[in-house]
Amino acid sequence: MPALAALPVAGLAVFYLWPLATLWARVLNGSSVGDTLRAPGLGRVLWFTLWQAVVSTVLTMIVGFVPAYVLARYRFAGRRAVLALVTVPFMLPTVVVGAAFLALLPDGWHSSARAVIVAHVFFNVAVMVRLVGAMWAVLPTDLTAAARTLGASPAQVLRHIVLPLLRPSLAAAASVVFLFTFTSFGVVRILGGAAHPTLEVEIARRATQLGDVDGAAVLSILQLLTLGIVVWWSSRAQRRAAVALVGRAAPRRARSDRERRWVAAAIAATVILMVLPMVVLVARSFRVGDHWSFHAWSTLGADEIRPGVSLGVDPFASLFASLRFAVVATIISVCVGGLAAAAIAAARRHGRLLDAGLMLPLGTSAVTIGLGMLITFDTPPFDWRAEWWLVPLGHALVATPFVVRSVLPALRSIPDDQRPAAITLGATPMKAWWEVEVRRLGRPLAAGAGFAAAISLGEFGATTFLTRSGRETMPIAIDRLLGRAGDVPRAQGFALAAVLLITTAAIIAVADRPDVVDA
Amino acid sequence: MLEARGIVVRFDDRAVLDHVSVEVADREVLALLGPSGVGKTTLLRVLAGLLVPDEGSVWLDGVDISSVPAHRRHIGMMFQDEQLFPHLDVARNVAFGMRMQRRPRAEIQSRVSELLELVGLVGFESRRTNRLSGGEAKRVALARALAPGPAVLLLDEPLTGLDRELHDRLAVDLSTVLRATATTAILVTHDRDEAATIADRTVWQADRP
Repeated sequence: MPALAALPVAGLAVFYLWPLATLWARVLNGSSVGDTLRAPGLGRVLWFTLWQAVVSTVLTMIVGFVPAYVLARYRFAGRRAVLALVTVPFMLPTVVVGAAFLALLPDGWHSSARAVIVAHVFFNVAVMVRLVGAMWAVLPTDLTAAARTLGASPAQVLRHIVLPLLRPSLAAAASVVFLFTFTSFGVVRILGGAAHPTLEVEIARRATQLGDVDGAAVLSILQLLTLGIVVWWSSRAQRRAAVALVGRAAPRRARSDRERRWVAAAIAATVILMVLPMVVLVARSFRVGDHWSFHAWSTLGADEIRPGVSLGVDPFASLFASLRFAVVATIISVCVGGLAAAAIAAARRHGRLLDAGLMLPLGTSAVTIGLGMLITFDTPPFDWRAEWWLVPLGHALVATPFVVRSVLPALRSIPDDQRPAAITLGATPMKAWWEVEVRRLGRPLAAGAGFAAAISLGEFGATTFLTRSGRETMPIAIDRLLGRAGDVPRAQGFALAAVLLITTAAIIAVADRPDVVDA
Repeated sequence: MLEARGIVVRFDDRAVLDHVSVEVADREVLALLGPSGVGKTTLLRVLAGLLVPDEGSVWLDGVDISSVPAHRRHIGMMFQDEQLFPHLDVARNVAFGMRMQRRPRAEIQSRVSELLELVGLVGFESRRTNRLSGGEAKRVALARALAPGPAVLLLDEPLTGLDRELHDRLAVDLSTVLRATATTAILVTHDRDEAATIADRTVWQADRP
């Protein structure tokens, strides 16, 4: 265990804990806490961050409720495909979701809180379907039947039986959605406009545009504390409401025509909600001004839109920069995550500690991670700010937990005596290890690698801090293109977002096998 | 009187019930006896309104209730694995049906104690359902099903999963409670002795009753 864990622990300590400690130190030693918190306009930022997160969370839970129910309880042709489809938006890069809604929503909605909230709902419906659906799928059907025979109407069954029993998963889903929307960055940058900054956007603005690193540090610690409270509340609510369920539950086919019609309608509505923004995004990349054109696509390779007028960002180069970073980030995540999973599986108690430690970067906002790295690695011999590898390393920090999550269950399911058994059957130790462990881990490792690549391709918050000019990644290029005036850059932004959308969706489709709800 | 006429239920084109008819008179306890897999439970679900049959109708006191939803049928059911609500304590489980009918709080309270006394669980009000033994859970399930005063009570293998001694004692208790409350009931079981102890009349349901 110690040998296996060495690399993951060292990586976590140097690239996550140290930057976080630097942030804290900066806040505790500096005199900027009072100034920052008293600064005019901060109240407005905090208020907007909070209310948009609350409204987004509530709306996500309402909109996601029916898809969660139908996908958990009904068996129908194409169920797995719909499950996979619903999950795609959640794994999509935030700038792609932002771009899709910029393309979809009418101009009057641009730079508005409404646009941000609608995109957040689209983004997070998957959380409801996955978390609440997983619990709903194991709710014994006879429990609701018992309530019905006792005189409870369908509405009463929902209120008195289903909702109380789903509470742990509802609390989990609510806190995950709240965390994501509270720290929303890419979506808000693209759809919110200057008038609607969230805390996350404000931190980035102070650090990168105003040069107020101390103020940014104060705000990111403030945000970290808020997230801590939410996580604490959520785990308490989940523990309290947890009950053991007895009885069978299996998705079934709709029986009556009425049932079939409403199930079909619910699925159709879900599919349209999920597909429409993506389709419109691709379509809009073929429109320049008010006519159809390939112009945006054919000029992706040039960083001049008109002779002599430079964009300042080369879309085509960003594609290659992103791909290169994704390859490196994936290799790092798979190696570190694989080692960590092996270490966690081998050691029982300390394993849980390492597991929780590796999850921490997921609960930390991307901007906080980027800012921490930026202010930590700025003095020799650790002046790594200009190093290209800092970007994929930041990505790997966020991606590694996904590799661990995907490999660990498979690793734990291998019985202890399988390798000895293989050896007694005449396999060399090396061959036994290959046959028993490596072959079984191939598929989960590939899935983890897929998630890591998708995360790296779409990462925006941390990259904002770590990127150097000339090495912009796709999300950064998209953000810049969509932020510029003019029809051509905007169409190019949509085109580049479409490339990122299709790449990510393809990776997820291969990597993700949604059997969570069946389990 | 509860009556099922010509019930047909098909799952994926396989007929689980093929023109089954059954009737139970007021205050009668009828046992449906037969091996597992002949659709006894399915028949109870049709009677309770939990499952819409492909053909056939259900009548209660001369009224066709085939299109009445389960929660308005006044037909109670005791499930094989009790299906007590795990987030409610014993008293709130028993009170559930009356709460759905929005009966006054005082009435609910006195009826809950009355029923717990009837099934021999005095003082169990605030017990959590996961702190009950197998026999106690069955008694709570019976009290809960009787509480709203159903016109007919359906019992789906109510005593499975108990050891022999406890099973026999509970069978006698169940019979006593059903008589004391003058309840009309249909009991589904695969145990001949159980049927003889509890029921007034036994119907053999094989492949085609």
